[in-house]
Amino acid sequence: MRIKRIVPQDETFIPDENLEVDLDLLNPLIEKYKTKKGNLIPLLQGVQAIFGYIPREAFLKLNQETGLELNEMYGVATFYAQFRLKPAGKHIIKMCHGTACHVQGVSAITDEILDFLSIKDGETTDDGLFTLETVACLGCCSLAPVMMIDEETYGKLTPKQALKIVKEMKREES
Amino acid sequence: MSQTTVIVGLGSCGLAAGAGKTYDEFHRIKETDKLDFEIKKTSCVGMCFREPLVEIIDDTGKYLYGNIDAGRVDEIIEKHIRNFSPVPEYLIESEKYRSADAGFFDGQVKIALRNCGHMDPESIEEYEARNGYAAMRKISNQNLNPDAVIQTVLESGIRGRGGGGFPTGMKWKFARNNTAEQKYVICNADEGDPGAFMDRSILEGDPHSILEGMMICGFAIGASEGYIYCRAEYPLAIKRLNIAIKQARENGYLGKNIFGIPNFDFDLQIKEGAGAFVCGEETALIASIEGERGMPRRRPPFPAESGLWKSPTNINNVETFANVPWIVYHGGAEYAQYGTEKSKGTKVFALTGKIKHGGLVEVPMGITIKDIIYKLGGGIAGDKKFKAVQLGGPSGGCIPEYLSDTIVDYDSVNATGAIMGSGGMVVMDETTCVVDVARFFLDFTQKESCGKCTFCRIGTKRMLEILTRITEGDGREGDIEMLEELAATIKDSSLCGLGQTAPNPVLTTLKYFRDEYEAHIRDKKCPALSCKKLLTYEVVADNCTGCMACSKGCPVDAIDGGKKEIHFIRQDACIQCGVCYTKCKFKAIKLS
Repeated sequence: MRIKRIVPQDETFIPDENLEVDLDLLNPLIEKYKTKKGNLIPLLQGVQAIFGYIPREAFLKLNQETGLELNEMYGVATFYAQFRLKPAGKHIIKMCHGTACHVQGVSAITDEILDFLSIKDGETTDDGLFTLETVACLGCCSLAPVMMIDEETYGKLTPKQALKIVKEMKREES
Repeated sequence: MSQTTVIVGLGSCGLAAGAGKTYDEFHRIKETDKLDFEIKKTSCVGMCFREPLVEIIDDTGKYLYGNIDAGRVDEIIEKHIRNFSPVPEYLIESEKYRSADAGFFDGQVKIALRNCGHMDPESIEEYEARNGYAAMRKISNQNLNPDAVIQTVLESGIRGRGGGGFPTGMKWKFARNNTAEQKYVICNADEGDPGAFMDRSILEGDPHSILEGMMICGFAIGASEGYIYCRAEYPLAIKRLNIAIKQARENGYLGKNIFGIPNFDFDLQIKEGAGAFVCGEETALIASIEGERGMPRRRPPFPAESGLWKSPTNINNVETFANVPWIVYHGGAEYAQYGTEKSKGTKVFALTGKIKHGGLVEVPMGITIKDIIYKLGGGIAGDKKFKAVQLGGPSGGCIPEYLSDTIVDYDSVNATGAIMGSGGMVVMDETTCVVDVARFFLDFTQKESCGKCTFCRIGTKRMLEILTRITEGDGREGDIEMLEELAATIKDSSLCGLGQTAPNPVLTTLKYFRDEYEAHIRDKKCPALSCKKLLTYEVVADNCTGCMACSKGCPVDAIDGGKKEIHFIRQDACIQCGVCYTKCKFKAIKLS
């Protein structure tokens, strides 16, 4: 979906007033990479590791302190699948849509979970608990179909099992 | 009595199968019952279909157990460790016993995977105990010069294992011949082919071999800096690489005058990829390390001439580098004894899809596809009919059943229209629709196209649209010809490998399964009964119990019939969503 994302969505650059972004957290990161060549991607990865996404203010701060151009940063941030310009949910569900998982019917599982969470691919639930993303390959092809929630990987799934795991997590949160 | 050792396989796939809990459970019982045995960890031995794997070594020998989830740990400890009686139900292999599944190892020759599953990947001592860093010591002790090292690699005949198949020794020679002051070595660990995971397994299971391979390359071409460009989707691989680099630095294997070789400095760092398939292409990868969008550049100049920051650069993939220390240590001829005339050595394949024994296998080049699937892979899951195998991922193609005597080497595979690629082998049975698979790959390449070349950017999109409408029953006369025309144009007018090979999945399926395309377009039928929109759903009256699960689930109320009555699907209202089929517990919904 990379090409689609180049078109800025209206809400992308409107800072959420409820979210206080403490930009001082970025200082050590900027200090570390400021003078290194090829620093753009590590900087953006660092920002995302801190905030979970790349807020508009962070782009501006990077621009002021490192001299990297805004358009360059935005170009890179929208090119790679990893970067988010909006906050993600507390838990990130990555559904593997690699070849092996596709052949073993992962689409039905993804549909089931999306249906349960009432979101579309790439979206976050209203309660901010879950973001679901389809990804190319998690590299556990022999255990297809596979999904990964946060750091945990689940293999040999059926729609029922997958749904149970998500429901369980939701129950624990409420 | 010698110590009993329990070794748990903790690769990503093992962890996904629950090996982490198994490992913890062994520790827990050991602590609570104050038992005397040692617990170690290793990585994946390739036998993914029996994960979690546990190996127990005691005085009587080695025992490999499969499917040991946390619930079975107690039983294993009770029977095997306390009472010295092995548990045949879960035993895969021991010195006296071989289960049928042990056939998975027959015919395998492990060179790139030599250490995977046989040592603790987080221990430099264990790597060295298995001839680790012996190749670097050989270079140092025998005063080998760079040309001699390159000559050994040339003699081995190894060709790039990332997919291109370019002779590795030649690549090194080009980089060596350049007299520039600053040169770079890059390890391409951006394994993006969906369906291949050998690089992940090597990185997780044997990270030091990659470091050593890169050092040797650095020495051979005269580079002092290296980068490992690794996918961010492989967190465990990155973690273990970091540990390995730290250990190597502490031992003085990275830094100045390493292994006592005068004037040879080498150090390396990891660059985390940010998620773009195109970055597997070497010039795009270089752009990405430089902090730009990963868009391919024109070749020539090739990276050996002008690569990273315009310096001469040599890029090889993980599997290639993993082979290098073995080749240098054992000699080129030793490696060249395996394989065929033009494709030497061994190749790792990731066996997945509708196969009984999925996993990672390393076989000598020249073995037939049939042998890999039936002898090592145990045949097709559920004893269904073997239809085709997809080799080479999004750049590759489908090889049909009747060509399964094709041997695996670069040239024979290319002759079928597929490519060797990185070695992803996705097996398909009669229920897999090849048109849908082609659509799947085009969906992938269309998303991953970087957008630089018009025909790749727009052409793949148009091809995807056509394939989508064919699988949805809206195919038109002339669609096949249009696909062929677009495919030819995209191949001719794309700059990089991604675009030039993107049409391959469509071209090979058209070549071998044209009748299936025609059935979709003309008869609006999917012979594999896989494309939902082309199916008819009917109630089998004899099986229907009138439980109403289907009618409640139907999103368009197309199912009539009350409680305890036989249901009926009104075809004019049905949208072929398949919900009734999944909801029915009594096999009362028939597909046709």
